[in-house]
Amino acid sequence: MKFIDLLGRFVFNFLLATGRFGLFTAQTIRYMFTPPFYYKQLLTQLIEIGFYSLPVVALTTLFAGMVIALQTYTGFSQFSSEGPVSLVVLISVTRELAPVMAGLMVAGRIGASMAAELGTMRVTEQIDALSTLSTNPIKYLIVPRVLAGILMLPVLVLIGDIIGICGGYLIGIYKLEFNATTYLVNTWTYLKTMDIVSGLTKAAVFGFIITILGCYNGYNSKGGAQGVGAATTNAVVSASILILIFNYILTELFFNA
Amino acid sequence: MLFSKKILSKTPKIRLSNLYKSFGRKHVLQGVNLDIYPGESLVIIGGSGTGKSVTLKCILGLMEPDAGEIEIDGQKVTHLSEKAREKVNAKMGMLFQGAALFDSLTVWENVAFGPMQTQRITKKDAKKLAIEKLALVGLTKDVADIYPASLSGGMKKRVGLARAIAGNPDIIFFDEPTTGLDPIMSDVINDLIITTTKKLGATALTITHDMTSARKIADRIAMLYNGKIIWIGSVKELDKTKDPYVRQFVAGSANGPILTQAKVEK
Ligand SMILES: Nc1ncnc2c1ncn2[C@@H]1O[C@H](COP(=O)(O)OP(=O)(O)OP(=O)(O)O)[C@@H](O)[C@H]1O
Ligand SMILES: [Mg+2]
Repeated sequence: MKFIDLLGRFVFNFLLATGRFGLFTAQTIRYMFTPPFYYKQLLTQLIEIGFYSLPVVALTTLFAGMVIALQTYTGFSQFSSEGPVSLVVLISVTRELAPVMAGLMVAGRIGASMAAELGTMRVTEQIDALSTLSTNPIKYLIVPRVLAGILMLPVLVLIGDIIGICGGYLIGIYKLEFNATTYLVNTWTYLKTMDIVSGLTKAAVFGFIITILGCYNGYNSKGGAQGVGAATTNAVVSASILILIFNYILTELFFNA
Repeated sequence: MLFSKKILSKTPKIRLSNLYKSFGRKHVLQGVNLDIYPGESLVIIGGSGTGKSVTLKCILGLMEPDAGEIEIDGQKVTHLSEKAREKVNAKMGMLFQGAALFDSLTVWENVAFGPMQTQRITKKDAKKLAIEKLALVGLTKDVADIYPASLSGGMKKRVGLARAIAGNPDIIFFDEPTTGLDPIMSDVINDLIITTTKKLGATALTITHDMTSARKIADRIAMLYNGKIIWIGSVKELDKTKDPYVRQFVAGSANGPILTQAKVEK
């Protein structure tokens, strides 16, 4: 009896939380298309997400591209020439590594800071203050952040694609001593629009996941500093898990359907 | 309940009738009835956790009451559309307990935030307006360009007050305006509350547990206990009342009918 009671409560709470999150998401999406729009807030967030995440994304994708080149060479020695190595680097970086790496890095940076900032605004009543000053807090705080995430992640991933491929190239030329021209020509001929487009689509989805979860957790945090800490952790962990799940689903949709 | 005839004849600025609000099994408001008249300064006193802030949040539309009606200028404001709510809120200003200044904006941007949202004014005019309002609360324009993080508690309260009055509201709410301030700064804030509300001719609703402050700024005092307004009257009447709850609260004594053990129901 006790078990059933507990289970019932768990299911109820889960459904309640899902419903709340769904409502929050629906409201955010609706407000994306209803004025007033806060362009200045959007610009600040675009810079915050795009510009300041560049170093981490560049570093992670660079090393990801390098390690893939190395692994392809050592792991599949019978295929190790310019052709296969450049192909494997190209496909894995554009389809998987750049979006996932950028997604996870930005989840750690931006998801956490959004949750912490909005959480602090919640517990210090700044969000309530916005409402009393005739400003809708979802329009003013949430919409610019989510929009900036959707817009900026693809840009970051595109840059990550280029840097990751360069990483593979560096290893190929300087360590594996491939012919530079052949490697570049191979990369160019193997390059397919679909690989890039699928990666950028993933990036936009991840940008949405990261920002909406960061915002939701921060916006609804309660219970002082501890609550804000919990919101930050939840934002990063849930976004990271969802990124990996959606990465699989999107790959399935793009390449297997 | 006693209040003067002069007040009775007007329609109330704010009327709370039979307000109920619960959080899970915690019944915070259990039938609050209160009329606040134009131009008066009403103070709600009551212990920690009795629902003073919840009452205020219901009036401001930050929370929906479970049952009951709230009227502002005779207009029912529960279940309003978003647009209509924003219009009602434009009549009101609020000084939050911790001032709730926006960290990411400078002092003047904080003060001019409301007018910049609702009216189309240029940045220059907004800053001029902010500096005017800052002068009203005794701050010079030196503070206009700094960020709230570097202000002391008393200065934050002043900036919060300047922000609350920047939109020339009809009604101003003060949530524990003197909590956490030294006695002298408290008195300064009390004086500012009196002068700024008088200057605007605004109705003021203050919640506090600081009796010195309550006596100074109140025309009438109401006591919230157990989810209801159990007493209401002028400062003079407060000193003469035989109500044991009010007397205990005013005396600040641990002995009396008020339950001091915090009831934690989970
Ligand atoms: N959003 C909320 N969710 C759950 N419980 C809440 C919420 N807001 C307030 N409460 C509860 O309602 C009760 C009344 O809270 P309120 O903040 O109104 O007290 P208060 O009278 O303002 O006290 P204080 O003088 O300490 O500020 C408290 O017990 C509080 O725990
Ligand atoms: Mg309170």
